[in-house]
Amino acid sequence: MEPLSWLEIIARALQQLLPVWIALAVTFAVSIRYKRRLGLYGKLFDSNVGMIGFAIVMFWLFTAFFADLIITHDPLAQVSRMRNASPGTPLPRPDDMYEYYILGGDSLARDVFSRMVMGAREVLRIAPFAAMISFMIGILLGLPAGYFSGRLDTALTFLANLVLAFPVILLFFLLVAPEIQDTLIPVVMAGVLFIAPILFVTILLNSRFFTQPAKRNLYVGAVLLVGVWAYIGLVFDADPMGVWSMSPNLLNVFVAVVFVNAPTVFRIVRGITLDIKTRDYVAAAQTRGEGPWYIMLWEILPNARGPLIVDFCLRIGYTTILLGTLGFFGLGVSPESPDWGSTINAGRRLLSVYPTPALVPALSLMSLVLGLNLLADGLREESLKD
Amino acid sequence: MLLFLLRRIGVMIFTALCLTLVVFYLTNLPAKLETLAKTQAGSRMTDAEVDRWLVRNGYASPVLVRYGEWLGVVPGWTRVAEDGTVTGRCVNFQDDPAAAGERCGLLQGQWGFSTRFSAPVDEVIAARLGATGLLMMWVLIFMVPMALLLGVFAGMREGSRTDRSLSTVAIVTTATPEYVSGVVFIVLLASSSVGISPLLVSWGWIEGPVLFQGNARSALTEITFSNFTLPVLTVALYGMGYIARITRASMTEVMTQQYIRTARLKGVSFGNIVMKHALRNALIAPFTVIMLQIPWLLNGVVISEVLFSYPGFGWTLFEAAVNNDIELLLASSVVAVIVVLITQLISDIGYVYLNPRIRIS
Repeated sequence: MEPLSWLEIIARALQQLLPVWIALAVTFAVSIRYKRRLGLYGKLFDSNVGMIGFAIVMFWLFTAFFADLIITHDPLAQVSRMRNASPGTPLPRPDDMYEYYILGGDSLARDVFSRMVMGAREVLRIAPFAAMISFMIGILLGLPAGYFSGRLDTALTFLANLVLAFPVILLFFLLVAPEIQDTLIPVVMAGVLFIAPILFVTILLNSRFFTQPAKRNLYVGAVLLVGVWAYIGLVFDADPMGVWSMSPNLLNVFVAVVFVNAPTVFRIVRGITLDIKTRDYVAAAQTRGEGPWYIMLWEILPNARGPLIVDFCLRIGYTTILLGTLGFFGLGVSPESPDWGSTINAGRRLLSVYPTPALVPALSLMSLVLGLNLLADGLREESLKD
Repeated sequence: MLLFLLRRIGVMIFTALCLTLVVFYLTNLPAKLETLAKTQAGSRMTDAEVDRWLVRNGYASPVLVRYGEWLGVVPGWTRVAEDGTVTGRCVNFQDDPAAAGERCGLLQGQWGFSTRFSAPVDEVIAARLGATGLLMMWVLIFMVPMALLLGVFAGMREGSRTDRSLSTVAIVTTATPEYVSGVVFIVLLASSSVGISPLLVSWGWIEGPVLFQGNARSALTEITFSNFTLPVLTVALYGMGYIARITRASMTEVMTQQYIRTARLKGVSFGNIVMKHALRNALIAPFTVIMLQIPWLLNGVVISEVLFSYPGFGWTLFEAAVNNDIELLLASSVVAVIVVLITQLISDIGYVYLNPRIRIS
């Protein structure tokens, strides 16, 4: 068979991504149709920048979601004679496989296109959740630090500055290593860090519903049940039903990334809290006799949502960059993993001769981060309008 | 001001102590020491042999004691073997056991011995820091003016087409981490088979096979345009966008101030307004950001030096971490932490100095 021309390569890649296009079209059609009823999310569709960013982010999200439908080959399978194949090379003996390597093969004769698609899943499986947990920790510590000030604030700020004074890369070299995974350090850190989401939701609900004990017991009980179940599974890998689990590798990476991100979130939340606590509605709530946690979580936090949502988008992008850095140095991921960072690392050795294996994941990573940054920009613009 | 400085330096020293303790603990975990023993004395050691090796080389005492030894506040370990030869932390640094002092650590100027480079750590670090200093100098020379220009031009007329396009450029650079821009640069500019180099060769515009070199090792002996451009660009690009965005924000804020309107109504030309009235006030915020950006650049320096195999400080840090070279890693961390803390201090002082409102309170 003849190798594909560039036009055919593009056409086949677009065709392979068909589920993503359909999903994107549906999302956009529905969102634009009802954008006046959708609050801040709906307003996003008034800004071009925000819409482009949202489209790129959703593209990768759908790609990760439909990855099993999109890939043309098993991302780990090696096909003989396809080592470093250029884009559009036909397979020597296709049998019942897809006939081409759309974007060529890497140095181990694996399909670059399929690895890129599966890489999106690897990245999006970690980055948003790591950013979310960082946010819960940052909020949980930043609110009281800003609200109560005093000793608590001094101590927490010092701790945050301590972590921030660590060069990120050094922390990764120290914290994400096979020797560390044998010790208790990742488990202990995960044990401390993963309590934050449970505490956050529990306090959130308790401070709101403690006047209605029946409702409160129901909500808090449900949260605690699910939370502790997930906690046991993720941290100690001891979930009796085996739903929640995380490999030691992944746990190590996750903990390191959360640890690096949380202090920055803490500083942002603390700064906003210091500003908002002088407002009249906080004074009103204090006069009503509301408890401090109710004021922090139900008066201050909702009013701080604008900057926090924007920073959340930026932080997912930054986390993606951090994950790529980890992969680039071969830290904490299995060598076969299709995640973008380690694929770039594997491809850079033969970069000037066979550019595609490194270039494809590099541009993918860049576009995802760019999408998140544009989305954040659009949200910032729209949230400043009211 | 003096009191402020003293308090800041006190906090700084305390922070440095905490951080080095953490680094010391993490590099001296039992598992890491076992790896060290095996790389130093043979990979097929039994557990008992590993333990004996650790005891013989002074790794058996508690972590805090060894941290004290490393700092130089606790007397170094000594040990008399059965045949009468004396070994010890301080003895190993000197040829003559009698001449060795009691304490030998950071405070005495003893940084230890690098197993990876087989040389004293302070020599290794000094040489590598010089190389990285050069890289950083060129990065700053390129990055700061570019970022400020980008930011000022974008912020001059908020919402204009220039603003839109320059802001997009800034966003794109912040979304391009060093390992991506480095890869793209190598493919575009430093490859003899793809990118623009083969094109330029066929047109007869350049002599060599490539426009820029993808390997910067030769820059150690002689820095040329062709071997140093790509590493510098790679580091500078990622930091540039952020500074540009801060500058733009600060510039747009200044441009809405009353005194700018007054100047306009007086009939001052737009160029003069920007140069004489706006610029100085707009540059306060970027200054602190530039200082705080320096520790962040360390990330980029490590990636860029590894990618272009330029043997500087970042490359050394990487090698030390990969080869479990404990003393070198510790020393590199101390240097990195000191750089971070000093830039924070300078940024604080500069901010106070530039902003009279804070100076008075």
